[in-house]
Amino acid sequence: MAQELKTKSADHNSNNNERENTAQYLSFTLDSEEYGVDILRVQEIRSWEPVSRIPNVPHYEKGVVNLRGSIVPIIDLREKLCIKFKEYTPLTVVVVLQTSDDNKTRTMGVVVDSVSDVITFDKTKIQGTPDFGTKVSNEFINGLVMVNERMLILLDVDKLLELEDLEMEY
Amino acid sequence: MAIDMSQFHQVFFEECFEGLEAMELGLLNLDTGDIDSEVINTIFRGAHSIKGGSCTFGFNEVADFTHIMETLLDEMRDGRRKVTQLVIDVLLGSVDCLRTMLTSNQAGQDVDGATVEKYRAALEIELNGSVKEPAATASVKIQIVNESSAMATVADEGALIEKGWKIAFCPYLDLLKTGNDPVRMFRELAELGQYSVSVGTQDIPAFDELDPDECNLSWTLEVVGDIAVEEVKEIFSWVEGDCELDIQPFTKTTAQPAPVEKITAAELPAQDLQQLKAEQVETTIYLNTEPPRPEVRQSDNDQLKTSVKASSSIRVDTNKIDTLINMVGEVVITQSMLSLIGENFAIDQLPQLKRGLAQLERHIRDMQQSVMNIRMVPISFVFSRFPRLVHDISSKLGKKIELKLVGENTEVDKAVVELISDPLVHLIRNSLDHGIEIPADRIAAGKSETGTIELNAYHRGGHIVIEISDDGRGLDRNKLILKAIQNGLIDESSILTDKQAFELIFMPGFSTAESVTDISGRGVGMDVVRRNIQALGGNVEIISNLGKGTTISIHLPLTLAIIDGQSVAVGDEIYIVPLVSIKESVNITENMLNKIADKGETFRLRDQYIPIIRMHDIFNVQPNNKSNTGEGVIVVVERQGILCGLFVDELLGPQQVVVKSLETNYRRVQGVSGATILGDGSVALILDIPGLVRFSNR
Repeated sequence: MAQELKTKSADHNSNNNERENTAQYLSFTLDSEEYGVDILRVQEIRSWEPVSRIPNVPHYEKGVVNLRGSIVPIIDLREKLCIKFKEYTPLTVVVVLQTSDDNKTRTMGVVVDSVSDVITFDKTKIQGTPDFGTKVSNEFINGLVMVNERMLILLDVDKLLELEDLEMEY
Repeated sequence: MAIDMSQFHQVFFEECFEGLEAMELGLLNLDTGDIDSEVINTIFRGAHSIKGGSCTFGFNEVADFTHIMETLLDEMRDGRRKVTQLVIDVLLGSVDCLRTMLTSNQAGQDVDGATVEKYRAALEIELNGSVKEPAATASVKIQIVNESSAMATVADEGALIEKGWKIAFCPYLDLLKTGNDPVRMFRELAELGQYSVSVGTQDIPAFDELDPDECNLSWTLEVVGDIAVEEVKEIFSWVEGDCELDIQPFTKTTAQPAPVEKITAAELPAQDLQQLKAEQVETTIYLNTEPPRPEVRQSDNDQLKTSVKASSSIRVDTNKIDTLINMVGEVVITQSMLSLIGENFAIDQLPQLKRGLAQLERHIRDMQQSVMNIRMVPISFVFSRFPRLVHDISSKLGKKIELKLVGENTEVDKAVVELISDPLVHLIRNSLDHGIEIPADRIAAGKSETGTIELNAYHRGGHIVIEISDDGRGLDRNKLILKAIQNGLIDESSILTDKQAFELIFMPGFSTAESVTDISGRGVGMDVVRRNIQALGGNVEIISNLGKGTTISIHLPLTLAIIDGQSVAVGDEIYIVPLVSIKESVNITENMLNKIADKGETFRLRDQYIPIIRMHDIFNVQPNNKSNTGEGVIVVVERQGILCGLFVDELLGPQQVVVKSLETNYRRVQGVSGATILGDGSVALILDIPGLVRFSNR
């Protein structure tokens, strides 16, 4: 009986290890590059719809939409990552993500070109981001991973969607 | 079967705080000298349920503390103790102490022992001081009896003295097996009066023969106090037949001897009493001069408490929920009717469809109303704390003040209630401190000695009005103006109307009090009060008659969740202007505007030039065709008495909007107080007029 228990827990452990070591990411494209965000942060995927513009905020914060009664901001990921802006088409996709900072969770949407796949890979295969000096800002990037001979850039959702403090007078 | 008790803790604490509030209110209503048993009963009930609950949930220190209070209250209820100001103050202090204990328990912190001990000591002094009193009167009685009849028999004396009972309690061996616990009975006995107990151990067998299930002990108990024999018998009623019980009236040996000695006996307790009172005074002084450390700790606790505050909940009248459920039923019926029409729709069913839709609209509007109603709580939630405040401060200031509460059941949105309480406290403190004069001044002015502060709440239009009026000295407009000139707040040459003069007290840094007290007079506050109230979308007005009193009325919206707005078009965008801040709207053309220094623009509204804020510029809106024609609308808005014009393209019409926070998922945006969802599902921003004006002035 005791032995049985032991083997069971051992099984459990190995299962856990497996789960701990693999990661699932949702991959999407921006221009010709492929990016990924942790699947657990993705709430839903929607098509682009017109937003209500918010005055006097950074240009990549496109505005807010009504998402089933709550007001959700939409951020253009191309502009945020300083990639050339592309006109929105009916195929443009908004990925709704959940971020947390200071114990507060927010829901935000990011505009991407298209969503490609859900990718499972071994966490140990994640490589660090090479240093590009000042040429490319890599503060939002968690690491790189090779999947099917393609490079996937893993994004840190919390850092990516951290809102810049605006100068306010109150 | 282990039940997780912690799931009930929140409810328990809420009930406790309600109980405490009821006790506090009762204590304040308790007039000294008068024994209104209903009021005492209310207080008693509060204490009792807190005791019961805290016992159940294992908050033993709370239970013990409440128990002492209960004993004291019990004496008051039975008329054995007079209701004096001292007792009331001690009890009020204990209520505060209990509240502190409960909040620390709620936050999962340790109870501050020193503070509790302080109040417990005060309570016990009160309690034990009283035990002697009946004893003293009893002895006096004896003395009189003995003077009138020197031949008084011992039996007579016993009946008259009745100072206590001597109980010989000798249980049979199997008493414990019947589930009786002598200790519990003794505790009950202890509640009747002072008691002492001696145990007889002579029947205990040798250790190897001892059966722990058998009761080999016997007791002799003496209980002192004015107790009926029935009370004693009742305690032992459960063990009748399981023991040998002998209850005898018991008199102290000092009470029995000759009359001469009795006089001294009668004097003795009196002396004791005096001594005791002296001691009591000393102890109180000591308590007051105690090092301030515990107090500091307490305030620390308070700070912690605010940070730990759990999710808020609300108590809703079941009737309100029932109405809502009925309404939902109606909506479901209407919906099914509509879907029936929709299934095989023919054009001749159009009138039916229209009727159905109208019905649905009506039901949904009703439903919206009832849902809003759930958030409504009576204003007494705020008002109920003021009697205590007035009681404490007026005794501190040496003023006699009566507080009248009117319209306590007026209902307001819970959010409004929470936000209005601080400004109200401030206004009441002001009335207490500056408004009402000291009794001597009042008599000199030909008014009654007792000042009156009236708090009145009522609905008017879509607003709730809260009035705070006092019959004090009123505001002296000349003094106000003088002070304002001194403080450099206004120009010496400026001429002010009465209203403008009174408005001066809302200016930052304005105070007319000759001396700064810890209650008020620092000149911060009134401006904060007004800012808070305006942040809630309300406003404050003052009416004052010199020498007669002041009335401050606060107008507040009933709810913060829905506001009346005016939607305006700016370029292709739609914004909502809160209707409360709109004074009027004027159609204009570009050439009606005057430029000042090429930047500032003004518009002449009748006899006044008002500054213009161009919404296109401030919000960087792409102008559309209509904007180019140079025609537009000036929406005149008011902010703290100052007029300002918003230049927009077009008015789209008034509508009620549901306020949604932008900050939940996004950020605070300058000039915007929130957002709402329009009929077509798109989002429109609600303008924050004060913020907008500040923003545009930069």
